[in-house]
Amino acid sequence: MLIYWANGIYKIQVGETVIFKFFPQWFYQFFGLSRQLGKGMAWHFATMWLFTINGILYVLYTIFSGEWRFVLPTKYSLKESWQVVLYDLGISKIVPPQDKYNAAQRIVYTLVVIMGFGSILTGWAIFRPVQLSWLTTLCGGYKAARLEHFALTITFMLFFIVHILQVIKAGWQNFLSMITGFEILKKL
Amino acid sequence: MKSEDRYPKKSEHIRLDNYVRRDVIKALLGFGAASIVPIGIWKWINASPYLNNTPAPLRKTLEFNERLTSKLLSDSHLAPIFSKSEAVKNVRVNGNVGLATPVSEDYKIKIESGEKKFEVSLDELKTLPKQEIIFEFKCIEGWSQVQHWGGVRFVDVMNHFKIGQKDAENLFEYVGMETPDGQYFVGIDIPSAVHPQTILAYEMNGEPLVDKKHGSPLRLIIPVKYGYKSLKRVGIIKFTDSRPRDYWAMYGYDYFAGL
Repeated sequence: MLIYWANGIYKIQVGETVIFKFFPQWFYQFFGLSRQLGKGMAWHFATMWLFTINGILYVLYTIFSGEWRFVLPTKYSLKESWQVVLYDLGISKIVPPQDKYNAAQRIVYTLVVIMGFGSILTGWAIFRPVQLSWLTTLCGGYKAARLEHFALTITFMLFFIVHILQVIKAGWQNFLSMITGFEILKKL
Repeated sequence: MKSEDRYPKKSEHIRLDNYVRRDVIKALLGFGAASIVPIGIWKWINASPYLNNTPAPLRKTLEFNERLTSKLLSDSHLAPIFSKSEAVKNVRVNGNVGLATPVSEDYKIKIESGEKKFEVSLDELKTLPKQEIIFEFKCIEGWSQVQHWGGVRFVDVMNHFKIGQKDAENLFEYVGMETPDGQYFVGIDIPSAVHPQTILAYEMNGEPLVDKKHGSPLRLIIPVKYGYKSLKRVGIIKFTDSRPRDYWAMYGYDYFAGL
């Protein structure tokens, strides 16, 4: 996020009315980001490799371990995911089916992988827009690719926040199972 | 090993508890170790000595990226070209370092290439074929703009004045350019300098470049780099084999800045 400090161009605007500014002045001050663009980009251009390598390893592991069976959505996922949303928001009392991951988790965890792939593509499109101009064109041009890369980043942040909130809500036993890979179910 | 083997069922509750406890502790230790690694890397990078205002490991990574992606650089990879109607009328001004000192009427560019040292006037440069380019100027700060510039191709200047040649076969590795007062300066790798879209511009939007804010009377336009390499008001051109000083690289930015 360090590299998006500049110019305040990241905002949602209809006509002349600014609806939402992603990075208002207090944001820079609070995080101490003023005049940190060079450093931010240096970090970005190093950690992008970790992001890419990590993503590749995760996808390979998921494929070869067979874990993909728990992650890819099934034909019931769309319908069931709606039940999950209603249940988690406390609107519905119907408990949705829960495998290792429920339907909403399957959809979101798959989308995140696709988003990661999108981040890498749009990232290269704005990283080398002259040498890889075909890729930039494919993304709809330089400005469009920037916007897509930014939108993906914001979506990742939203995913991260919801994910953390859900983990907190699910409690300690669930958190342990995320680390150990198993969960002890008591038979009553 | 199947899980049935590891977790005996039925009456062996005590053993089972021990197995589970051991596995939980093992996993937590692994998790702890795995969390320490990124924190350690973070601390290590921040505690590293700085190279040009950037922690050394990050600077090294920028240079690694440069080596990797400069292989992509080719004269046939051109920045996309736009039509005249797409070019903006109000070209954005983003920097004024090195423009404070007024330049004289008989403005000349100092050129240094090996043993050769001479000065060139703007009129001499204008005798070379004019090259116009309408491209998307890209600023590292997150804005871009379609702009229309006209001037001479840098590679034509090199060929015409026989400069940049280290010996019969090789070019120098870098060219450094500076404002006449030496306040702003850039260093550019030769492959990017001889790229066919790199020009020394004396026209903007089809009009003579007279505005100081845009780098009158002559500025560099280099579409294969971020905007901070497009030096305004070229006063000095010098070919070298070592990296010439670069204003924003000095402040922690990437030296290569290739697009």
